[in-house]
Amino acid sequence: MDAHVTPPGTPVSVRFNAADPQRLSRALRDLRQGFAQRRLAGALAWLDLRNRYRGSVLGPFWLTLSTAVMLASLGLLYSTLFQMSLAEYLPWLAVSLILWNMLAQMVTEACTSLTSAESIVRQMPLPFTVHALRCVTRNALVAAHNLPLVVIVLLIFGVLPGWSGLLALPGLLLLAVNALSASLLLGMVCARFRDIAPIVGSVMQIAFFMTPVIWKPQLLSPEYHWLLLLNPFYTLLELVRGPLIEGGGNLAVWLTAIGYTVVHCAVGFAFFVRFRGRVAFWV
Amino acid sequence: MAHIIARGVSIEFPLYHMGARSLKKRLLASSPLRMRSDDANRVVVSALRDLNFSITRGERVALIGHNGAGKTTLLRTLAGIYEPVAGELEVAGIIGQMIDPGAGLDMDATGRENIVLRGLYRGMGEREAQLLAEEVAEFSGLGEFLDVPVRNYSSGMTVRLSFAMATAIKPQVLLMDEWFLAGDADFMAKAEQRLGRLVEGADVLVLATHEMGIVRRWCTRAMRLDAGRVVADGPVEQILGPEPVAG
Repeated sequence: MDAHVTPPGTPVSVRFNAADPQRLSRALRDLRQGFAQRRLAGALAWLDLRNRYRGSVLGPFWLTLSTAVMLASLGLLYSTLFQMSLAEYLPWLAVSLILWNMLAQMVTEACTSLTSAESIVRQMPLPFTVHALRCVTRNALVAAHNLPLVVIVLLIFGVLPGWSGLLALPGLLLLAVNALSASLLLGMVCARFRDIAPIVGSVMQIAFFMTPVIWKPQLLSPEYHWLLLLNPFYTLLELVRGPLIEGGGNLAVWLTAIGYTVVHCAVGFAFFVRFRGRVAFWV
Repeated sequence: MAHIIARGVSIEFPLYHMGARSLKKRLLASSPLRMRSDDANRVVVSALRDLNFSITRGERVALIGHNGAGKTTLLRTLAGIYEPVAGELEVAGIIGQMIDPGAGLDMDATGRENIVLRGLYRGMGEREAQLLAEEVAEFSGLGEFLDVPVRNYSSGMTVRLSFAMATAIKPQVLLMDEWFLAGDADFMAKAEQRLGRLVEGADVLVLATHEMGIVRRWCTRAMRLDAGRVVADGPVEQILGPEPVAG
């Protein structure tokens, strides 16, 4: 699609030469136009949410309820198993579990970000970035329904993050950047190779146990702590969890998380530049 | 100035999910001419092969040919949905596409919500979207049903809504598939008028159809596609022959 020199406010026209596909500029234009149409992505995400819970009384708050029940039961069980007080354990669990659920859900849905939009991809020349943004926005909306739980638990146990808690915001931003990159990368890879989505599902399940979500890193003897940094999920979780629970974050965690994000985005973008034009044939 | 130029345009559909090797061998052996293995040893279907044509301002082109000849694929390629694997394509002018009536329709949303959504799909601003809503509401004649989820519409009502939304455009290049021929007789009379205006207003029309009556009435030029190639291209009378005498 080229913006053409015709009357204002308009022209979508096509100029394509297979011998000189100009993949980079097309990919950049896709991203730019996708962000310009973020209101569309938002509206679609909102409709997704509404349609998913159509006719349900509590709607997405069922998720809040089930997370609450999960927190209460896991909190009681594991605080006993780990021999920690509830006050010590539950705030940690609440933040960890809710963040993990968001992350895991995001990764799972990233796999279908493009295939689920098949009917649109094959009918309209819409930037693919719109579909990725739709996926990210939908997951952010769903995750927001669990926010009250975090606040309630932190208030009950008197965990006040203070000013350093604000560091959670850039942490969330970094999570969002990763989410967008994953939606494009996994969305494309899974459109092309249909076996990837189930594999991603298994990986996420293993990652849940390998990442300190229900167990605290302190349970690991200090000499192994550096190993945790090899786990991108840990560093990303810690970006938000650290500021909320432990007052501020750890510099090593921030640096590695930024490193992972850069690599993730670079791979995602490279893939997007190279294969963007093929997506319509894949979905 | 609106125009379309295609030089050696080819589109190939890879068949990725075909599974077993033996199946692939069998398909290639029983060789429908359009299937072949490409360099990477994948099975591909040549949907469009080496198309060369140019359409200039004022031309109304009918794409004719059997099912699977590549008419809709060509429309989608012109709309910028498929990127050619070979060749060069240029479409100048604002494109309006009426290829699939149901594209982007949310069945669980009401008619009115769908109109707003369509405005967003087209990247409209607040005011434009408002105008679209009014126009579509008026033309579709759906009245109070506009506030009912589309899922509960009859098929005729869905067509009316889709048609009204799809035609609320002022394109310079109009790409149209023949789906608009569905609908009840009463609505069709109204629809034809509106389509007529749209076609008049556009600088270039490309229409895929099986209806030779429509071709004769609306088009100045016909391109016959067969198995992804243009096998005939010229003025309508030349391609279709003289109009058959009724009776």
